[in-house]
This record gives sequence, C-alpha cells and structure tokens, in this order.
Amino acid sequence: MGFLNSYRLRIQRRRWLLRALYKRRELQPVANRTNQIKRDDLLLFSTQRNEKIRLPYFLSYYRDMGINHFLIVDNDSDDGSLEYLADQPDVSVWHTRKGYKQSRFGVDWLNWLQLRYGHGHWCLTVDPDEFLIYPFCDTRPLRALTDWLDASSIKSFSSMLLDMYPKGRLDTQPYRVGQNPMEIASWFDAGNYTMDKNPSFGNLWIQGGPRSRVFFRDAPELSPALNKIPLVKWDRRYAYVSSTHMLLPRGLNQTYDEWGGEKASGILLHAKFLDTFTAKAEEELKRKQHYAASVEYLAYAESLKHDPQLWCKWSEKYINWRQLEILGLMSKGNWA
Amino acid sequence: MSVGIIMLVHTALDRAEQVARHWMSAGCPVVLHVDAAVSSKQYQKLVQALKDQPNVRFCKRHVCEWGTWGLVAASQSASEMMLSQFEQVRHVYLSSGSCLPLRPVQELVDYLEARPRTDFIESATTHEVPWTVGGLSEERFVMRFPFSWKRNRYLFDKYVELQRLVGFKRKMPAGLVPHMGSQWWCLTRQTLSAILEDPEREVYDTYFKKVWIPDESYFQTLARLYSTNIESRSLTLSKFDFQGKPHIFYDDHLQLLRRSDCFVARKIWPRANKLYKVFLTDPAGAMAMAEPNPAKIDRIFSKAVERRTRGRPGLFMQSRFPNDGWENGVTCGRYSVFQGFSDLFEDFEPWLSKASGTQVHGHLFSPERVEYADRQTAINGALSDSAAQRDYNPIAFLASLIWNTRGERQCFQMGPMDEGAPMWFLAKDPNAQISVISGAWAVPLFKSNRNFAELRRDAAYYQQLESEQLHVLRSPYVKARVRIWTMAEFIEAPMEPLQTIIDEMGHQRLRRLSEAPKMADLTGFGQFLQNLKNQGMHPYLMGDFPATLDGINQVKTPRKPYLVQ
Repeated sequence: MGFLNSYRLRIQRRRWLLRALYKRRELQPVANRTNQIKRDDLLLFSTQRNEKIRLPYFLSYYRDMGINHFLIVDNDSDDGSLEYLADQPDVSVWHTRKGYKQSRFGVDWLNWLQLRYGHGHWCLTVDPDEFLIYPFCDTRPLRALTDWLDASSIKSFSSMLLDMYPKGRLDTQPYRVGQNPMEIASWFDAGNYTMDKNPSFGNLWIQGGPRSRVFFRDAPELSPALNKIPLVKWDRRYAYVSSTHMLLPRGLNQTYDEWGGEKASGILLHAKFLDTFTAKAEEELKRKQHYAASVEYLAYAESLKHDPQLWCKWSEKYINWRQLEILGLMSKGNWA
Repeated sequence: MSVGIIMLVHTALDRAEQVARHWMSAGCPVVLHVDAAVSSKQYQKLVQALKDQPNVRFCKRHVCEWGTWGLVAASQSASEMMLSQFEQVRHVYLSSGSCLPLRPVQELVDYLEARPRTDFIESATTHEVPWTVGGLSEERFVMRFPFSWKRNRYLFDKYVELQRLVGFKRKMPAGLVPHMGSQWWCLTRQTLSAILEDPEREVYDTYFKKVWIPDESYFQTLARLYSTNIESRSLTLSKFDFQGKPHIFYDDHLQLLRRSDCFVARKIWPRANKLYKVFLTDPAGAMAMAEPNPAKIDRIFSKAVERRTRGRPGLFMQSRFPNDGWENGVTCGRYSVFQGFSDLFEDFEPWLSKASGTQVHGHLFSPERVEYADRQTAINGALSDSAAQRDYNPIAFLASLIWNTRGERQCFQMGPMDEGAPMWFLAKDPNAQISVISGAWAVPLFKSNRNFAELRRDAAYYQQLESEQLHVLRSPYVKARVRIWTMAEFIEAPMEPLQTIIDEMGHQRLRRLSEAPKMADLTGFGQFLQNLKNQGMHPYLMGDFPATLDGINQVKTPRKPYLVQ
C-alpha cells in the first residue's frame, strides 16, 4: 500500500473521530453508570430503537457470557425500552431523537462512546438481534477468549453475520419476551457465501445467505454485507467506518489469514427474521433511515408480500458452535 | 522432603499462593520469585498471606521480561536460597506461577526418590530442535540482542540483519557446547550447586546475559558440564503453538489433563476454577484411575497448530482467504467435468450416476440456470440455482459446491455455451478430472429442427468458444487431469475411455462396465458436417468424419459386444 493511500486513510480516520466528537452533543445521558467500569471490564456497545421485547434475553445472554457493562444509545424509542434499560444496574443509556441515518447508522454515536469509555477495554459492538458465538463458548467465558487474544497480540476478532430464520412463514410463531430467539429462528444457510477483498480497507467483503438467495436472487451484488468485526481491544485512536463491517486503522481488518491457515473467528447469529420483522420492515420503509435508501427493506417488503418463506430443503438447523466450525463458517484457529 | 519447588510468579498471585500451599502441605519447601514489575502492594499481600507457612521463602526480585536474562537471574537467586536454606532438598523443581501439579505430590517425591542422581532437563544441541522462534537457533548464541523483541521488533530484526551482513560473531567461553530446551527443569542438588558455585560462573553469566532467550539455554548448556545422568525431558507438560507461546489449559481440558500422566502442567488459565479445585483440593481425584494418555494432548495441540498454519483445503471463509497459490488445494475434493458426453449420449447423466455412484449434475454453468442433479432449485449448503447468483462469483460458487458436498464426488457437464465457467480455475485445479469430446456440440444442432442458416451461425460460434476452452485446457499451466478426444476418435471405441474415466474416479467397484450409455443416432451426421462445409463454415473440432451419406452409422456394422466377463 502506497504512502498516499495510507495518508488518505489517516485523514479519513481523523474525520470520523472528529465527526464522533461533534455528534456527541446529540446524546443525552439518561442513566450514566460508567463510573462502575473497572480497569479490565468487558464492555458492550449497542444502539436500539423499540426493541423492548428483545432486550431481556439480549442482556441476559451477554451477562452470562461475561460482559460487565452495557453502553446503549436509544434512538427515540416509544415502547418503554428506554425506561427498561435505565432501570438495569449494569447499563448506561443515552437518548437521542436525531436521525439514525445522519449519524451514519449509529456509528458516530458509538464511535464517541467508545472513544470516551472504551479505551483499553475489549469492546463488543452488536445490535440487539445479534448473538455472538465463539469457539468453546459453551465451556469458556468471553474473558477466556479476550485473555487468549491478548496473549497472542491479536487486537480484533472477526464474527460473520449468520442470518437465522424459522421454518415456514415468518409470522407463524410469535416471539415471547425473554425467549431465546433461536428457538424460533433456528435455521441457516450453511454454504452459499461469496467473499472478496476490499482493496482500500483490507477487509473481506462477504455476501450471501438467505437474504441474497431469496430477496436478491437476481441482483446478488445488492445483497447486504455479512462481514463483521464486533470484538476489538479498543484504543481511542480507532474508529468504525461503516457499521461494524470495517475499522480504521486498516490493520484491524486483517482478521483472515492469506497463507492458507485459519485464524480464530466467531459468528454473530442474526435473529432478525422473527414475527416482529414484518412490522419493522414497514416502519423502516416509512422512516427511510436505513442503508442505501432502505433498498434492503424495499426488497424484503416486495418478496414478503408473496411468500415470506426463507426456509428451503437444504437449510441447516442450528445445534452449536462445533457444528458451525465443522461447516467452515467459523474457526478455532490455533486456540485449543 | 527431598524435593524443593521454585516458583517464578508474575501474575495471578492468588493462584500462586494456592499452588504454593498445595506443595507445602505435602512437605515440599517453596521459594517464590515475584517479578520486580509486580507492585509492592500486591507483593506484600502475598507475603502476608503466606506468613503462616514455615517452609516458604521469598528471594531477591528481578525484572523478568520474556527472552531476557532476568528469568535466569531469578532462577539463580531462588536456587541459591533453596539450596542454602533447605539442607534436606535433593531435587530442585523449577516451575511458574501458572503451573499446576496434576498428580499427588507424594508421587512426584517418590518418583524422584527412586532416581536420586537423575537430572530432568530437556537439553538438545541447536541443530536438533525445530521449535526456535524467529529462526534464530545457532545465531542466538553468537549475536548481540540489545533491543527488545516484544517492544522493539523492528530494531531487533534490523540489528540481527546488520550482524549477519557484517558477519559479527561473539566468542563462546571455552568448553561450552550450546544446548537448548524447555526452561522448566528439575535438577539435583549436586548439579545445581556445581553450576552455581562454578569458579567460572562470572564468565558464563556475562556471556549468557547477551544470549537471546537465555532461560532456554543457560541451565541446559551448563548442566551438560556437570551432570552425570541427564534425562533429556521436562517433567512439566507444556505445549507451544506456532509462535512459541504456550497453549493454555481451561476447565474443559480436565479429562485430558487427568489422563495425561504428567506431574505438572502449564500453563493454566488463572480463572480455570474447576481445574484448580479438582487438582489442588481433591488428592484422590487428581489423577484418576484412567489409563494415561499423553498422546491425546499432543494430538489436540498439534492439530490446532496445523489448522492455524495449513488450514482446511478448499475452504474459503471469513478467517481463511488465501492468496493465489497458497490455497493448499483450491477445492476440497476431487470432481469430474464432462464436455460433449451428454450431447453424444442420450442418457449420459443417469448412466454415469449409476455406473460411478456419484452425484451427476447437468450444465452447472448453463446461462439460463444452474442445472443441479434432478434439476433441484437449491442444493447442499442452500446454494441457489439462480444464474445471477452463480455468475456473481463463479469460483466461489464452485468451491462452495465442492466444499458443501465433501465426501461425495461431484460430476457435471460443460459445453462451449457455458461461457461463465471459470475455465482457468478448473484447468489449474489438480482435483479436477476434465474429459472433453470436442465437436460433440454439433450433435444437438444436427438433431434440431431449425433453419440451416441459424445452425450454421451457432456452429461457427460454438466452434470458436470451444477452441478457446481447449486452448486453456492445453496450456502448460494445467494441473487438472485433462483428456481430450475429437468426436471421430471417441466413437471409434467409446467404451475404453469411459472405462478409464470411471476407474480413475476410484470408486468401490472395480469391475468392468456392463452397460453402455445410449449413443445418439448419427445417421446423416457426416452429411450434416459436409453441408456446413459447403456453406463455407469449416467444422474441424470433431475430427475427420467421412462425408458419405451413411459413413458413420454404428448400426450398420455391429461392433464387439461391450459385455466382458
């Protein structure tokens, strides 16, 4: 990579950080418990809007994994989720009415919180419908992974987004508060992913899965990116560029091996496709606050009108992380 | 109490305290070295915590950075203290704060009691050890290393390069032969005191202070001078990964450690509560009756290293995306590609699937759709039959298909009209078996009921496409198993090539093919080609067909029966 390009990226990183600094005024603290954060704590960052029904399971899932503190931006919810979050003893929550899109889909807000509170911590950045799976997650807490990453001098951990869906229509089985969403959306696509290297940021660009198969059957290039780097040993100089797909400095995006070996990686189970989805898609279409003028949601709405069925004969039913590792969707790397 | 334990501690002091108590409760005295980098508050806390123990000592503290002299200095200070303060000690066991005794301490005591003169220290000459990090094996003894490898890698590397360039070499003290090995040893009082009280020690220390990673070579080299009986292995189970960093044991390794048959294991994750609980508080359960099985640990960890360095062939995923040429197998299994066969034979696909027991697809790269076996709309791994999806990344499509169906051989048809097929990828893949009957695409044209002008245009187009494909398949870079026949050649004796292809697939059956696929009726085909020629289009890929009206007609002259018993 040439000097010019790396200089260009440095300028870009500065720009995102300045933007985050500027956007911090949009955040009103509702419950700020960040003084509870201890030196080695594992932090989780998230933005949410009207996800009250999902929050109880989300919080308990990550508490069990070993997250010590949650830092959440609430984007103008009106379903009581803000109040619910403010009541939690290990959650700090900020509120904003500003546009999700204008903050680059929440990235600016979270970049600010990470800059302010994440420095020196392992930070996990996930949406309320994303559930991290990593090697040995059934027997070892997240701390075991971060300790091992520290010992191996690894600063970022890749976890591809794996879209989960139910068998049958999306709205057949209603989701109940506190329920594990994977009890309903327990199916996934095991092997229809394509990937390409992004030459300027050095990250892999992964597409495919059920959304590409069903919603973007004839235009796969429009299907959403699935590569994610949600777990990072944060430094105040870092910045997410676009969602958690890629970071700057670009070295953090090098989460794959280019010489034939496998680095350790995880999976984000994406429990987006529950009965709540149809309503959500309609709302998002009205708000137009999502990526690329919500082209994704347009395609969903179009397909869902006819036959809201993502399941096919070759769908795989989720069992555990070992299954995902055997299928080649994630890897233990040299962690044993 | 004939065994004294030295513990080098730098983190997780509470765990160190727990382990020290365990050793002492079995009657072994313990000397602790606490890294000078540990705050004095934490250090005092540990000293206070162990106040009730008569057999514990704390030695002079040194800064222990990985790869530096500090670790040797720490071992020396601790050893001196151990030898002078505990007269009865016969063996000194060097361990770290993250070591965990797996077997009852008494067993270790008995074991060493039975071998009073044996020094357990892994010690091999530099040529014989493959595990040196950074490629420095002999050079670590003759160069200088003033820059930290951990903090100043750039300067470290540059300075090594400079010394190589200049040809700089330090001189070794006379009489020393460099040896290396695991830094966790167990030496007898005799050997250890001889090393520590050597009149030349000043000289040796000065020399080793500048050696790279001296804790892997100081005692290992000097023990060779004095020991009468070296058993070159470490009693501590310690596994290293490809970067030379120790593997860590967690709670889920419990069964593995129980059956490992080793006295001490490192390194244990400080929060592995179950391991500490089981091995430190439950003397009977520490090493259960299970058959010792140290090989299993080896297997697990060497597999982990292999996964990290070689990976799974044919897999492209989020954390494995090899550069060109580094795939270690671009696909994960063998597969077969047939061109022209389904044109020439009417029932080729069902016949092949029956004869070879493999999964047989149609034209996977057909422009209209992906023709999976039985024309399913999706296949293993939920790969879609959409042509757009496939053409978005045809290589990923093919690699995924082969990966998703691993364990079952895949066969598929190709033709000149399948323009999206990744020809170079196929040609360069050693897993591909490609068989081509060139010119067979003319058969469907011949059979079709279309205007001759159209046929002529298509024939010219297909001939051009196929000749481009053949050009790739005949390039010197081809690694696939490629066989090309002209159509005329092939129909001379079709069973032999078919038999060879099927045999090469290496499936269970080794008997002769008993049933031939049904060849299309070629009566008039020669004339068809002649007509094309007469129209100014020269079909050459199918080889030489006699132009006479009934030249090629397999019904006229009955061939030898294919049935061979």
